[in-house]
Amino acid sequence: MDIGLFGQYLANGVMLGTMYALVAVGFTLFFGVLDVIKFSHGDVLMLGSFTGFTVYIGLLSLGIENPWVMIAAILIVSIVTTAMLGAVIARYLVLPLKSAPPLNILLITLMLGTAIREAVRLFYPDGSNPKAFPALLPTASVDLGGFSLRADSVILVAAGVAVIIGLNLVINRTRLGLAIRAVAQDEETAKIMGINYTMIVLVTFAIGSGAAAFAGIMNGLYYNEVNFGMGLLLGLIGFCAAIIGGLGNIYGAILGGFLFAALQTIGAVALPFASAYKDVFAFGVVIALMAWKPTGLIAERSSDRV
Amino acid sequence: MAYAGNRRTIISAALAASLSLSFASAAMAKDTVKVGFIGPLTGGVSSIGLGGRNSAELAVALRNQNPDSKYEYELEVLDDECKPNVGVQVATKLAASRDVVGAVTHYCSSVAMGAVDIYHKFNLPVIVWGAVLPDITYGNDYTEVHRINGTMINQNDAAAEFMTDQGYKTWAIIHDTTDYGKGHNTYFSKYLTEDGGEIIGTFGVTSDQQDFTAELTKIKQLNPEVVYFGGLTPLAVRIRQQMDKLGIEAQFQGASGLKSEAYFKGLSGDLAEGTVTFLEGAPAEKLPGGEYFMAEYEKADFGEAFEAYGPFSFSAMNLLMDAVEEVGPDRKDVTAYLADVQDHESITGAVTFDANGQNTVALITEYVAQDGEWVVWADSEYADGTRTLTGK
Repeated sequence: MDIGLFGQYLANGVMLGTMYALVAVGFTLFFGVLDVIKFSHGDVLMLGSFTGFTVYIGLLSLGIENPWVMIAAILIVSIVTTAMLGAVIARYLVLPLKSAPPLNILLITLMLGTAIREAVRLFYPDGSNPKAFPALLPTASVDLGGFSLRADSVILVAAGVAVIIGLNLVINRTRLGLAIRAVAQDEETAKIMGINYTMIVLVTFAIGSGAAAFAGIMNGLYYNEVNFGMGLLLGLIGFCAAIIGGLGNIYGAILGGFLFAALQTIGAVALPFASAYKDVFAFGVVIALMAWKPTGLIAERSSDRV
Repeated sequence: MAYAGNRRTIISAALAASLSLSFASAAMAKDTVKVGFIGPLTGGVSSIGLGGRNSAELAVALRNQNPDSKYEYELEVLDDECKPNVGVQVATKLAASRDVVGAVTHYCSSVAMGAVDIYHKFNLPVIVWGAVLPDITYGNDYTEVHRINGTMINQNDAAAEFMTDQGYKTWAIIHDTTDYGKGHNTYFSKYLTEDGGEIIGTFGVTSDQQDFTAELTKIKQLNPEVVYFGGLTPLAVRIRQQMDKLGIEAQFQGASGLKSEAYFKGLSGDLAEGTVTFLEGAPAEKLPGGEYFMAEYEKADFGEAFEAYGPFSFSAMNLLMDAVEEVGPDRKDVTAYLADVQDHESITGAVTFDANGQNTVALITEYVAQDGEWVVWADSEYADGTRTLTGK
């Protein structure tokens, strides 16, 4: 394989990995603070990208055409709306069920995800068809011997990585992050220390959902297409990535995201059989990894679960 | 006596009047006959399904307006979502309801494949209006199953011949791994090889895949002249979009599942320009009864376009009602009638069913995407040389 081609595969993989990692980080945050698995995460992401698409249409009708202004508006509105939605889900669906068996929360969020997906399909104008998400980023490309590196891909990966690093800094370097980690480690003690437990849970869900909205917009800008079903597989992959990385560990989620992207790329390229089996291959490896390390590659430090 | 006589005349007059009234009302109230329609009304290909449903509804409405028809028709519409599991459920629901005498069913081949067994079991005569997999009619000997549109065999035969005539030599094939996509791959590969084309790579993809960069990067390395996609519009939109991302300069060729207005709505910029695809039948305005159909469809003021298969749905529904008019509302009689359909007039041309219930008319039309719409090749600026396909 020549070096240009290898570069292209690498660029594809990094792009996918960044998106998966952003989704996985959400799963890991939710599990960290509340020990819940929120299966509507992928559909919240899809809602974020549709919100962004709606903002774009609105801006167009207002006559605003500067792409940077548009991107800023799309990101702000979409992330804020989706973050609020995340907090609402936490407040009214997840927290009330906190002492119920975890299976109940898993089921209720699974159903919520289906409801969101179907609602977009049925009530968004022409929602069952794919929508052309605008290419707002510069599309200039450098051709490096069979490998075309596009400016928009570079910007997207850089922005995605920046968001992941930013989230990491928030969790590990700020007072808010300290409070989140405290709640994650020991809810009762955190409460005794004067931490507003409900507020921290809501903020965590807002952050996780905001990250999903960012991933959704990134997805739209990269593929220039959004559809109502995009969250389904993305949510599942993000969840797997969080699991193989080690649920509750943010580095694990990032590692898991990139690992899954690498597996998919290898599955489609390097294996002799048809690319139709690349997901079978990637999920198969995930199963093997989980059998080998049930708590994930990087286990939660305070983990007492198996 | 005079009085009594008078009274008798009054009574007989009243009797006569009431009798004639009851006769008149008997002549006016027709029996209601239920017919079914199944198609994908939600989901990725719903635009085609809704167009088909509207066309079937139109056929029923026009028939009910016709004073000469013997029955009043009632249409039961069900949604198969283009998913085999859902399709089997709604097919069972329709087939199990005793008062439905026949149905016009399915756009998605994978759904039709699952449903034909049910129609056979319940003896429900159906006419497929859009699914193109040959096995739907040729893979069984069910007398209940008919199809008004051509199959992918004819379609890919014509497609391979047309593309090799354009001078293309090498192809990369992407197909989804449903029955539909696999069928297209099989028949296109077969005819392309016969016509002298070379296939340098074949890639199966799942029908909900989002990212194709890995497959497309490999295709970029293989550097084919044409990328053929056997699958439906939503995936085609993604593949075409990502071909551009990776800088693949190849002609994009689709199959019947691509010919939808949604292809243009899903693609930004002029990426759709120059895509070629193939479809059984001819565009509505070129069909024998096309003018009439389009005028009536316009008049009915549906919210959605009739799309590629609307005329087929319309004529399938008409054929079904013709059968009921002729032999009455009985499933077995309708099946027997449909078995002998020869040169039956319809807006899509004369219909003749072969022993497997397949319409033998194999008219295939080539289309090219020009300025945001599908234009018949012969009428396009590509055919007269004003524009050229990629690499020509």
